[in-house]
Amino acid sequence: MTASSRDIVLSVNGLKTWFHSRDGVAKSVDGVTFDLARGETLAIVGESGSGKSVTSLSIMGLLPKPAGRIEAGKILFRDRGGKHHDLAQASAATLRRIRGAEIAMIFQEPMTSLNPLYTVGDQIAEAVLQHEGGSHAAALKRAQEMLERVEIPAAARRVNEYPHQMSGGMRQRVMIALALACNPSVLIADEPTTALDVTVQAQILDLLRRLQAESGMSILFVTHNLGVVAEIAHRVAVMYAGRVVEDAGVYDLFERPTHPYTRGLLSCIPTAALLASRERLQPIPGNVPSVLALPPGCTFAPRCPIAEPACTQAVPELLPAWPEHLARCIKVTPQ
Amino acid sequence: MAMALPSNAGGGDRWQVLRLLVARKTVLISLIVLVVLIAAALLAPYVSPFDPYKLSIMNRLKGPSSVHWFGTDDFGRDVFSRVIHGGRLSLMVGFSVVILASVLGIALGLIAGFFRRADKFVSRLIDAMMAFPDILLAIALVAALGPSLINVIIALGIVYTPRLARVVRASTLVIRELPFVEAARALGVPTYCIVTVHVLRNLISPILVQGTFIFAYAILAEAGLSFLGVGVSPDIPTWGTMINSGQQYMGQADWIMIFPGIAIVLSVLSLQLLGDGLRDVLDPRLRKEL
Repeated sequence: MTASSRDIVLSVNGLKTWFHSRDGVAKSVDGVTFDLARGETLAIVGESGSGKSVTSLSIMGLLPKPAGRIEAGKILFRDRGGKHHDLAQASAATLRRIRGAEIAMIFQEPMTSLNPLYTVGDQIAEAVLQHEGGSHAAALKRAQEMLERVEIPAAARRVNEYPHQMSGGMRQRVMIALALACNPSVLIADEPTTALDVTVQAQILDLLRRLQAESGMSILFVTHNLGVVAEIAHRVAVMYAGRVVEDAGVYDLFERPTHPYTRGLLSCIPTAALLASRERLQPIPGNVPSVLALPPGCTFAPRCPIAEPACTQAVPELLPAWPEHLARCIKVTPQ
Repeated sequence: MAMALPSNAGGGDRWQVLRLLVARKTVLISLIVLVVLIAAALLAPYVSPFDPYKLSIMNRLKGPSSVHWFGTDDFGRDVFSRVIHGGRLSLMVGFSVVILASVLGIALGLIAGFFRRADKFVSRLIDAMMAFPDILLAIALVAALGPSLINVIIALGIVYTPRLARVVRASTLVIRELPFVEAARALGVPTYCIVTVHVLRNLISPILVQGTFIFAYAILAEAGLSFLGVGVSPDIPTWGTMINSGQQYMGQADWIMIFPGIAIVLSVLSLQLLGDGLRDVLDPRLRKEL
């Protein structure tokens, strides 16, 4: 996909989401920029606390109020009618209309993300009735169709079952059915496979890929698992301490990781070659800095093997290092 | 582990709940007891063998016999007839107070639990109300409203509101943080729907438990108020006034207070068992333990 042909659905530009607490200001997201094209899967990768989940909550307008606030930046979303909305500024009513209908979200915890007291059919029907109205019977019928679409066997029976009667993988399928019930153009998946078995993980990823091919939706896939990224993503944005440090196509990223942090991350994955050479994995020294006290300049500099004094002077720009491949590092010479 | 639920949707569900309810012996028995008590109260003029107000000094303080099944009180009135008639007011006060306290308590508790900004105000109000002894607050309220049955119900409803509000608030605080609430939000469900549908439904068991307690308290508190002269007139039989007036004869004629006491115990116990059964049946996770 070339830059000119990319049909941008969601564009996040310079997003800053800060949390104001008694201990100070936590700059969880401090200048995040990425574009999501139609039919594309963008993976946001990062360690815990890198701001990837806060980014997705900012897009959904689900930040815990009043502590979390969007301080700056734009979240431009193009709805089905082709109208652009800045979700960072949108009213509560606009956000509610978009949530579920145009942008849907699935969560990490399929075990607790469903209300235990309602049948899964009723819960899917609720979402349909909320956005499209119509009769309850029609909504229930849609719920059953959705369960069939996410490949739940015996959907006609399952639609009347309660969440506790289902396994984790099954519930995540229900969550996906719930999220896709109103045909959203963007699906935000916040670590949807982290709580699942590896085999079930693979099935869920497979399902998401197939549903994406059918509907042409875009997926923003938040994860810390680079293996999952390689499975599902078209593009990858690597986040570190609230900023995107590298943004590239998935093959490009794995082939020539450019930012020292990305290189560090990739060297943390055991590979067959590494096993054969009997070498040890190379951990990145140090820890992720506290978002309450970010180091000056490049936030990765204190842990960076190639850092120099200039790194702590100013925040590096996110610049093209290769064609279609951005990196935020002054040691990288733009090509 | 998947339980074979009948796959009929919609209308069949209501009958299913009832069927599951009566499948439990304790629930069935308590339902029967409640129905008998309520029916006796409703049909009191037809089923009671004597006039509950008829004085008969000759028959004063007679023990239970084939004529006076539950004996007679200090004025020779038939205790059995008075228990049946007393049920009318007692049950009505009990149910009305529970309903009033539930409506107020659930509303306040949900607001305090869900909307953090309202919490400070509502919680302090609840604390202030709980600082007063129940009966004292009720007396003050009845004194302000004027003594009448309706005002007793209103006063007791207000007095027991904080008990429910507290429990509802505490449970709401837990539930609002559960992922399914955030998931509902992410689906664009408006806040009032989240509160009334997702949160409230998950509050059923603490509400049922508190509600049955309040029912028992209300019956006794009404007696206390009547005894103190701010409730109904003491010669009108209610279970509470009967126990109160029977107190002085406890040594020589314990049946005067034992039988209305049994009536209270039976109604409260069966209501509680019914509440328990209802909670189990309404929570699909507990259904399978049948």
